[in-house]
Amino acid sequence: MYLELALAGITGFLVIALAGAALSRRREATPIVYGASLLLSLLVLAATLSDLLLRAAPASIVLPLGLPWIGAHFRLDALAAFFLIVVSLGGATSSLYALGYGRHEEVPHRVLPFYPLFLAAMTLVVLADDAFSFLLCWEVMSLSSWALVMAHHREADNTRAGYVYLVMASFGTLALLLAFGLLAGPEGIYGFAQIRTASHGPAMAALVLCLALLGAGSKAGLVPLHVWLPLAHPAAPSHVSGLMSGVMTKVAVYAFIRIVFDLLNAPSWWASMIVLALAAATALLGVLYALMQHDLKRLLAYHTVENIGIIFIGLGLALGFRAASMNGAAALALIAALFHVFNHSLFKSLLFFGSGAVLTATGQRDMEKLGGLIHKMPLACFAFLVGCVAISALPPLNGFVSEWLTFQAILLSPALPQWGLKILIPGVGAVLALSAALAAACFVKAFGVTFLGRARSNAVTQAGEADRWSLAAMFTLAALCLLAGILPGFVIDALTPLAQALVGGRMPPQAHIAWLAIVPVSESRSSYDGLLVFLFIAVSAVLTASAIHRLASRRLRRGPAWDCGFPVPSPMAQYSATSFAQPIRRVFGTVFFAARERVVMSPPGDLRAASLAVSLRDLIWDEVYAPIARGISFAADQLNGLQFLTIRRYLSIVFVLLVILLLVLALWL
Amino acid sequence: MALIGAFVLQLLQMLLVLTLAPGLVGLVRKVKARLLRRRGPAILQPYRDFARLLRKETVLADNASWLFRVAPYLIFAAIWVAAALTPTFATGLLFSWSGDIIAIIALLGSARFFLALAGMDIGTSFGGLGSSREMMIASLAEPAMLMIVFSLALIAGSTALSTMAEYMASPEVGLRVSLGLALIALVIVALAENARIPVDNPATHLELTMVHEAMVLEYSGRHLALIELAAALKLLLYISLIGCLFLPVGLASANAGVAALLWGLVAYFVKLGIGGALLGLFEVSIAKMRVFRVPQFLGAALILGLLATLLRFVSASF
Repeated sequence: MYLELALAGITGFLVIALAGAALSRRREATPIVYGASLLLSLLVLAATLSDLLLRAAPASIVLPLGLPWIGAHFRLDALAAFFLIVVSLGGATSSLYALGYGRHEEVPHRVLPFYPLFLAAMTLVVLADDAFSFLLCWEVMSLSSWALVMAHHREADNTRAGYVYLVMASFGTLALLLAFGLLAGPEGIYGFAQIRTASHGPAMAALVLCLALLGAGSKAGLVPLHVWLPLAHPAAPSHVSGLMSGVMTKVAVYAFIRIVFDLLNAPSWWASMIVLALAAATALLGVLYALMQHDLKRLLAYHTVENIGIIFIGLGLALGFRAASMNGAAALALIAALFHVFNHSLFKSLLFFGSGAVLTATGQRDMEKLGGLIHKMPLACFAFLVGCVAISALPPLNGFVSEWLTFQAILLSPALPQWGLKILIPGVGAVLALSAALAAACFVKAFGVTFLGRARSNAVTQAGEADRWSLAAMFTLAALCLLAGILPGFVIDALTPLAQALVGGRMPPQAHIAWLAIVPVSESRSSYDGLLVFLFIAVSAVLTASAIHRLASRRLRRGPAWDCGFPVPSPMAQYSATSFAQPIRRVFGTVFFAARERVVMSPPGDLRAASLAVSLRDLIWDEVYAPIARGISFAADQLNGLQFLTIRRYLSIVFVLLVILLLVLALWL
Repeated sequence: MALIGAFVLQLLQMLLVLTLAPGLVGLVRKVKARLLRRRGPAILQPYRDFARLLRKETVLADNASWLFRVAPYLIFAAIWVAAALTPTFATGLLFSWSGDIIAIIALLGSARFFLALAGMDIGTSFGGLGSSREMMIASLAEPAMLMIVFSLALIAGSTALSTMAEYMASPEVGLRVSLGLALIALVIVALAENARIPVDNPATHLELTMVHEAMVLEYSGRHLALIELAAALKLLLYISLIGCLFLPVGLASANAGVAALLWGLVAYFVKLGIGGALLGLFEVSIAKMRVFRVPQFLGAALILGLLATLLRFVSASF
């Protein structure tokens, strides 16, 4: 029943996509498309939420679509239901946001037809139950999001972003195609139900895992396949950026989980080392890249890379535990990863919506030209602040809970029998801790430079509060961040049947624990109570405030800033995004970005201003992608000579090749 | 009845940390002054400073936002809750299970997050400088602290501080290499987190190397009083933490009798005295570091913590 409802929702999306294409140049198309998307997303959300909470049995359906006589298979199980909640919640909030934000769109006819198509494709990927439908929907998802990235194709850099995205998306699909090809085996089975029951050798399992890591990783943004993400996500309109960063990367995570945890039977333990090493590199590099940015949306996009790293750390741990038959620990690690999937979809959408609100109000994405927006848009600023605290993994919000669960999973890993994992996991734990701390620095910078301080340009002085729809979407997400942070037990309980199905273990039930605390393993080992911590902070802050206001002097005077007696009137004397990151750039940047600072001081007596030039290199781009690009253009140049030959030469080439081919065949047989 | 007793005990701890914190700061200042052959202010001076700040009017910069005015209360509340969750004289208090040591560290992280934001709110160069450096220091101190926590949690088999402290007090612990490494690292982190010499100097204002004082430069009156009290609480928290993990002598269990609790209280006072005196001694005998040597100092703590954790992963006997 729930599956049919979800499919009806998808049909609705496709109808709106057509309506959007037909109406797109009319003024009323924007509210119609986004309003209908909102309602349909809510329908899918309600269907899947009840499916997950009522623990319905997996339902499947074969539709007479796609390949003739074979049909398209769809299935709704606990894993699909959870990811559908992420997709439809993201879809609902971004549609709500777009009801306001979309009115400022200059080229609605380039956005409206593709937006519902994108939502439909993401929903279908999660529901697909055979390799063909999966890959087809995956491609539709890539292409519709590519069209959305290219919506503002006249802006500088956006065409390049679209090009890089298209190349990386094709690469990812190729890897997934090969993975499914291997899974199909000589019999050519392509339904997920048959693949599940087939047996796979250890070498093949490892190969499929690596291909899935490449395919899903290139969409999710695993280092070194992340390069398209910080280009493409910011280029799209902000509600689509939120969807791409918050939701589409999660669909990629879903693809990885579906293939590796569900379709493959247990890959061997060393496969988890590959996942863990890549994930740790992703987490650390993602946040360091983010710290070096001064474009707000690009900073957020790079930060998605970090969070994908955290999610994959959880998945890698779950793989390692499962290979060692530590099913309870595997369930804990998997739930930590899935919880982070949910959390990240909430706060990353929220932050992108906030950046969109800033963009609408000021026309600026560059933080060096912002500042002081807290006075101009207090409500949007407050919601953005909640997102910043949540993403920095600070209690009592939700980001902390999932990282805490990941730490608890790491603390169970000394019991693993393999030495490779024993040596690797402490390092991964250190990297996770380091990236969590750097994330806090990153968001102090993002929030502080954008919203606090004094205005750095005229764009800010004319800014106003965001519209009501946008604020409604942002506050919904902020409230969900708080709720998931103070009532994590319910989320864990909802995820438990899913973990049970995938890794065969479970966490203790959480909802009955006193004061709604969460206990990952046992009471004496560790517990955390988000609700109490939140209440303690709230009560003690209120008590302190009332006590201070009763006891202390209540006189208050406004005056000029003190600044040690040397206030500089120019707002350019404030710390900027670049200068805020300078200490961290000096500590980490020389290794990871080959950062160089060059100070030119004019000699005494010379009145010219001193100058400071900072150069950063993207080592992954320079060392991995640039040689590949150079190689391809070199090969193309060499082949260029073949274009202008005479017919005689072409015929002789064909003849020689034919002879070689026949010789090879003769030797082969 | 038992519940009320436990509740009273928890409340007592919250009030105890609050009353003792300024005294600890006074003690450290007194020890430093005596070692430098000065008389120094009385130990009670921080209490007087606090009372005086409360009586003074608050001067806000013209463009201070609501965040600047709310931040002191949030910072104070987060650190107070963290201090209330740390065992001081007794373990297993009523709410001690609601946050483990990772949550305590993260609560301190929340406080720092808002302090750094408050430093950037006015838009002065000093405020931004302080925030930027604070986050750089924290980006190394926090992972170092988590690594220390990992090694200790693996020894004790728990991240709940009360359980850890009880395990550390039991004879099973013995001498371990990883414990030694963790202690050194923890002391380094505690110095950095509390803005003490050699990382920062709590006594100076107009100095380019300052970090914590630069962030709070624009605060005055009741806001400044709260922030100073929060800083004192944080110092107390770290000394209590080191005390309950590495010197768990006399730590009472919450359901022990009155005599044991009183004995725990006496032991706690002695520990605070020793901690404060050692801190004073350390501060007068070492010079302040350049800011960009701090990462190496903290990197050492991070590596020590990682080493301690790695040793625990390799063998349960280290």
